[in-house]
Amino acid sequence: MDFDFTDDQKFLKGEARRFLESRCDVSVVRGVLNDPARSYDAGLWKAVAEQGWMGAAIPEAHGGLGLGHIELAAIAEELGRALAPIPFSSTVYFLAEALMLAGSDAQKAKWLPKIAAGEVIGCFATSERPGALTEAQAQARVENGKLTGAKIPVTDGDAANLAVVLAKEGGRVGLFLVELDGPGVTRETIQTLDPTRGVAKLTFEGAPAERLGEAGEGLALAEQVLNRAAVLLAFEQVGGADRALEMAKSYALERYAFGRPIGSYQAIKHKLADIYIKNELARSNAYFGAWALETGAAELPVAAAASRVAACEAFWFAAKENLQTHGGMGYTWEVDCHLFYRRAQQLGLVAGGAKAWKERLVCALEQRNAA
Amino acid sequence: MDFNDTPEEAAYRTEVRAWLEANAPKRSGENDLGLEDPVSMDAAKAWQRKKAEAGYACITWPKAWGGGGGKSWQSVIFGQEESKVSTPGNPFAIGLGMCVPTVMTAGKEADKERFVRPAVLGDEIWCQLFSEPAGGSDVAAARTRAVRDGDDWVINGQKVWTSGAHFSDFGLLLTRTDVDQPKHKGMTMFWIDMHAPGVEVRPIHQMSGASNFNEVYFTDLRVKDSQRVGAVGDGWKVSLVTLMNERLSVGGGGGGSGHGRVMKLASDIATLAGSASKDAGLREKIADWFVQAEGLKYTTYRTMTALSRGQTPGPENSIAKVVSAGVMQDMAHTAMDLEDQYGIITDPKLAPLNAAFQTMLMGAPGLRIAGGTDEILRNIIAERVLGMPQDVRLDKNVAFKDIPTGR
Repeated sequence: MDFDFTDDQKFLKGEARRFLESRCDVSVVRGVLNDPARSYDAGLWKAVAEQGWMGAAIPEAHGGLGLGHIELAAIAEELGRALAPIPFSSTVYFLAEALMLAGSDAQKAKWLPKIAAGEVIGCFATSERPGALTEAQAQARVENGKLTGAKIPVTDGDAANLAVVLAKEGGRVGLFLVELDGPGVTRETIQTLDPTRGVAKLTFEGAPAERLGEAGEGLALAEQVLNRAAVLLAFEQVGGADRALEMAKSYALERYAFGRPIGSYQAIKHKLADIYIKNELARSNAYFGAWALETGAAELPVAAAASRVAACEAFWFAAKENLQTHGGMGYTWEVDCHLFYRRAQQLGLVAGGAKAWKERLVCALEQRNAA
Repeated sequence: MDFNDTPEEAAYRTEVRAWLEANAPKRSGENDLGLEDPVSMDAAKAWQRKKAEAGYACITWPKAWGGGGGKSWQSVIFGQEESKVSTPGNPFAIGLGMCVPTVMTAGKEADKERFVRPAVLGDEIWCQLFSEPAGGSDVAAARTRAVRDGDDWVINGQKVWTSGAHFSDFGLLLTRTDVDQPKHKGMTMFWIDMHAPGVEVRPIHQMSGASNFNEVYFTDLRVKDSQRVGAVGDGWKVSLVTLMNERLSVGGGGGGSGHGRVMKLASDIATLAGSASKDAGLREKIADWFVQAEGLKYTTYRTMTALSRGQTPGPENSIAKVVSAGVMQDMAHTAMDLEDQYGIITDPKLAPLNAAFQTMLMGAPGLRIAGGTDEILRNIIAERVLGMPQDVRLDKNVAFKDIPTGR
């Protein structure tokens, strides 16, 4: 039994925390929040690329560090903790994972080294309308290698160079790679709840598209990509939830009401204890998810769904109750509570909401019971 | 991250499995009668002795005391493997988990010589006499008086919620010896002979119908000063050793695979909108229960990892009981709601799954209270793990006799 980060992984995690504390304090996050023209922090993106983090789980043969998904998870936790305003998840958890999962040798050779070097920003474009990921989201069409249709919302779609797009070709759903700097692509920035992350509507009119993976496998592949991304996003959520708890703790100790620290009241104590409980449950589920992802275990669908459900609940709860603990100050623009409240929603929806994941989890349990 | 045993762990697990295979008693009907039944008690004692002689009882305790002289991770592995085979009930948990470790930490050398080995061998059973009618969550409110009389102490008062008092040989008793001192300072700990004159055990009739706990009354119970555990006035300090061990041993378990039973139940039940298996509300709840049970399971693995690495586990395991008790109650209530009118039936021959959910519903309130209520456990997490200050108290630095009691 060895159910924790190794010493090397802990060292990497500690280094990542120190790096982000110096390069991504809250003023960096607020810089993107306050400037509608910026969808991410380009300086931080470059610095993170120099650390090699985009290639943490990309094999050395493709220009990555070839470390693995546990190491990537450790980095993810720190990025989540820092609310890093960069297109890391779209590029690494979605695009790179999709390529490693389903890409041809040529596609991998072409794109993975550029991703690892931080030269390519990616996005994962599945949604077209409100609701969960079903075939109804694949109205976009590919004919003769040209894509027509629209995807909204696409996280990091305004900055991305390469999109993975869910679309139909000859009546069958597939995933397609589309270069967004090429012809036939229009981007429109979309306002969202979390302006520290960029989101766009992508409109395609005859944009060159190349199939990723087998024809007709689009939904199944998308689910596999989502399983992988869900585990890594869960670490970002756990990182954010832990930091929200730390904020609530220190405020509860410094804020006095009725002559004593508010942290001495059971109403606040029990709230903080409940945050702690949910955070620990989320961390433990995420560890299992990381193990399943790293080893390619058959449990991945169950582990990923459990990681996602627990992490969505934990970050949402920690973010909203941290804000509540801060009282009126928590509702102001100046205090950071709303940054976590926003990011909890962004991370809670970007790979599909908890409701859909709960359904996916029970389906996976039913399959397991039937086997 | 690796779920697999290290080579050292795997070797130990193999050895344990082989030993259990060869030695664990085959399950027989009388084991189900409860420890009140003499046949069950004899089987439990025989199993404990067998484990002790093989070094599998109190694995982490020194061999000189009858323990196994082993490591914490070995103890965890043995526990995992033992839970997979059917073994007799365990009346020794409170003694070996809490009382005897307290004697080992705070007791006299002569007491250690006298008590540790017989307890490990299962020859003598202990109970913990702390809670009182006026002191449940607030253990330091204990009023049971011990008054010095020459070389003896004379004890009068009442304890409550004492598990296993009816079959215990010895008890660890927290008493009030000085009512003029503040509450935490005027207490003293003793060990007592549960068969001595002046000790009366009365079972508590629980709302579930069972009687796992007792009231214990002391009427002019005479104990020697040599039965004192720790110094006069140090009773609270000594009790903290016991309670720390309680938090390590209580918790976990409960409701682990419960979601599977609800899924099985749902497959046989219709709602107004079709099969209960397809009910979206129920499916969300199943997912929530599963995620919590899995979270607890892997939290235990994290604790075990720390032990394997020779580190002190973090506080993460403190969440176990508060989560599992709540899940158990919610699950039982939801499952009975699914059963609809039929849900009220408790006859195991009639109720689905042998009335498992009805039994859970009636057991859950006890689990939410025993070993620290939901509320006290949240206080402990907030104060000891998260560093929140204690609540304002009206009972500090006040003589015990002057503390408001409400009656």
